Amino acid sequence: MNVLNFVHAFLSDSSHWHGYDGIPTRVGEHLHYTLQALAIAAAIALPVGLVTGHTVRGGNVLALVATAGRALPSFGLLVLLFIWIGFGLLPVMIPLVALAVPPILVTTFEAIRSVDPSPVDAARGMGMSETRVLFQVEIPVALPLILSGLLTAAIQIVSTATIAAYVSLGGLGRYIIDGLYQKNYEKVVGGATLVAGMALATLAVFWLVSRLTVSPGVRRSS
Amino acid sequence: MIRIDAVTKRYPDGTVAVDGLSLEIPDRAITVLVGPSGCGKTTTLRMINRMVEPSEGSILLDGQDIRQQPVNTLRRSMGYVIQNAGLFQHRTILDNIATVPRLLGWSKQKARARAAELMERVGLDTSLAKRYPYQLSGGQQQRVGVARALAADPPVLLMDEPFSAVDPVVRKGLQDELLRIQDELGKTIVFVTHDIDEAVKLGTMVAVLRTGGRLAQFAPPAELLSVPADPFVEDFLGADRGIRRLSFFPSTELELHTAPVVAIDAGTEKLASGGEAAPCLLVTDTDGKPLGWGAPDDLAAGAIDRDRLLPFGRPFVPGKDSLRTALDGAVLSPTGWAVAVDEEGRAVGVVSQQMIGEAIRAAHAEGRPDAKAAR
Ligand SMILES: Nc1ncnc2c1ncn2[C@@H]1O[C@H](COP(=O)(O)OP(=O)(O)O)[C@@H](O)[C@H]1O
Ligand SMILES: [Mg+2]
Repeated sequence: MNVLNFVHAFLSDSSHWHGYDGIPTRVGEHLHYTLQALAIAAAIALPVGLVTGHTVRGGNVLALVATAGRALPSFGLLVLLFIWIGFGLLPVMIPLVALAVPPILVTTFEAIRSVDPSPVDAARGMGMSETRVLFQVEIPVALPLILSGLLTAAIQIVSTATIAAYVSLGGLGRYIIDGLYQKNYEKVVGGATLVAGMALATLAVFWLVSRLTVSPGVRRSS
Repeated sequence: MIRIDAVTKRYPDGTVAVDGLSLEIPDRAITVLVGPSGCGKTTTLRMINRMVEPSEGSILLDGQDIRQQPVNTLRRSMGYVIQNAGLFQHRTILDNIATVPRLLGWSKQKARARAAELMERVGLDTSLAKRYPYQLSGGQQQRVGVARALAADPPVLLMDEPFSAVDPVVRKGLQDELLRIQDELGKTIVFVTHDIDEAVKLGTMVAVLRTGGRLAQFAPPAELLSVPADPFVEDFLGADRGIRRLSFFPSTELELHTAPVVAIDAGTEKLASGGEAAPCLLVTDTDGKPLGWGAPDDLAAGAIDRDRLLPFGRPFVPGKDSLRTALDGAVLSPTGWAVAVDEEGRAVGVVSQQMIGEAIRAAHAEGRPDAKAAR
C-alpha cells in the first residue's frame, strides 16, 4: 500500500477529470470558496489593520480580537451555524472568514506600526497628508509583511475549506469525505493531494504578486 | 524673516522642552541652534514647520503667524532634513528627490528633470539616479536628503542634525558642500546640532540653548568665542576657544619672508645669503613646490640631499586660510616656521610663530574678526 500509487491511480483515472464530481469542478468550487472568504476577510481586516497601525491606536483590542479568532474551532462553528442557519454557503463562509481575519489583521497592524519612523517623519515634514503618508510611504514599505499575512490566511482557508463538504457543499473536501465514507482510500489521498497542491499554488501566486508589487528597494533592504 | 516670539513648549507628560524662547532668525543666512542633548533644539525646529505646536507664544514668518496658512502648504515651503536622511526605501534616488515637486502637482517628467538638476547641485553623480537608498553610503544618502529638501526651491531649510550620523571626514565634506550651496542659493537655514565646532563653522548666527530650553546666548560665532555670555556658554565652547577664534582672522596681513625660499637648483651663493632671515632654508623643486627644510650650512656644503630635508608641516594659503591654519602650520613645522603657498601649491614665503603671534595681537587690537575667514 503506497500513497504515491494511490495518488497516481487517482489522477490518471480519466473518469476523475470530467463531470460534476470531476477534478476541474471540485478545484473550481474550492477556489471559489477560498477567494470569496479571503476577499471578505481582507475587506474587513486590511482597513482596520492599516488604520490602527498608522495611528498606533487600539493595538490591545486588536490582539484580543485576534486571539479570540484563533481560538474559534472552525468545524464546531460550522456545525453550529449549519444547525442554526441551515443549508447554504453562509455557514461555511463565516468560519473561514473568522479564521482568516486574525492573521491579516495582526500582521497588517504590525507591518504598518513597525515601519521606520524617520521616513514617515520626513514625509510629514515635507507636507504629505496623512492619507498620502499611509499609501505612499508606509504601505509600500510594509507590503512584504502585509502580503505574508494574506498568504497565511489564504493557506489556512485553502486547507480548511474542505469542511464545506460536511454540509453537502462541493470543493476538494468532497473527495475526502466521500472517500472515507466509501472506504475508497485512493479518493481520500487524491483529494488530500489536490488540497496540498492548491496550497502550493497559492504560495506561487503570492510569490509572483510580491515580485510584481514590492519595490526592489524594499526587497533588498529588508 | 522667521520670528520666534516668547514660545514655550510643554509636552503632555509635563516636560518643558522650550521655555519662553524668543529668536529672530535672519533671512538668507545659516542660524544654528546648538546645545547639549535634550535642551529643546529639535522641539524648537519642529515648531517652525508645525510638526510640534507651541503651548504658548507664536512664530511669525515674514510677519504672518505660521498658523494662518494650511499646515501642508507651510511645510511644502520649508525644506526639511533629518538625521538619518529618512529616505523612502521603495523609491529611486531620483523619485525621492522629486517628492515635493510631485506633491505640488508638477508633472512626473518636470519633477524628475528638476531632481536630476539637484543631484548635480549637491555633488551626486547622476548615474545614481536609478538606484535605491540601500545602495548608497550614509554620506550619499544625506546628500539625497538635502537635495530632496531643496527640490521645490523653498525659501526656508530646516535641518536637524543632518550630518551627525556620518564619519568625520564625510561630515566635513558635507559641511563644505552646504556652505558652497548656501553661497549659491542664499536660503534661510535653521540648522540644529549638538556639535559646537559644526555650529561655529556653519553659523552666521549661533543660538546656544541650555537644558530646559532657555536661550543662553545668540551671537555670531566669532563673538560667541570672544565674549561668551556666561560660564555655561564658556564651558560649552570648550577649552581651546582662543585658538578656535583665530579661525575668524584672515591670514592676509601676515608678512611673508621670501629670502629663505630657495629652489633645489639654486647656486651656492643664493643658499648662503638666504640664511640671514631664518635659521633654516625652505627648499623647493624647480616648479616652486616645497620639498622640506635644510640647514644653510649643510646646503652650502654642496649637495642638497632631498632625503635629509626636514618635513615642512601643513602649508597655508594666505588670504584663503585663517590665522588658525597658519599658526597650526607653524606649530607642526619642526623649524617653527609655517610655509605659505599659492592655490597651485607653490611656496610664496615663510613666516615664523613669532610673526604670527604679532599678527594675532594686532588683529585682536583691531577688534572685529572677519567672519569669512572661518571657511
Ligand atoms: N514627544 C515628546 N513627549 C515628551 N517629551 C518629549 C517629547 N519630545 C521631546 N521631549 C523631551 O523634551 C526635551 C527636549 O527634547 P528635544 O527637543 O528632542 O531636545 P534636543 O533635540 O535638544 O536633544 C527632552 O527632555 C525630551 O525628553
Ligand atoms: Mg534633537
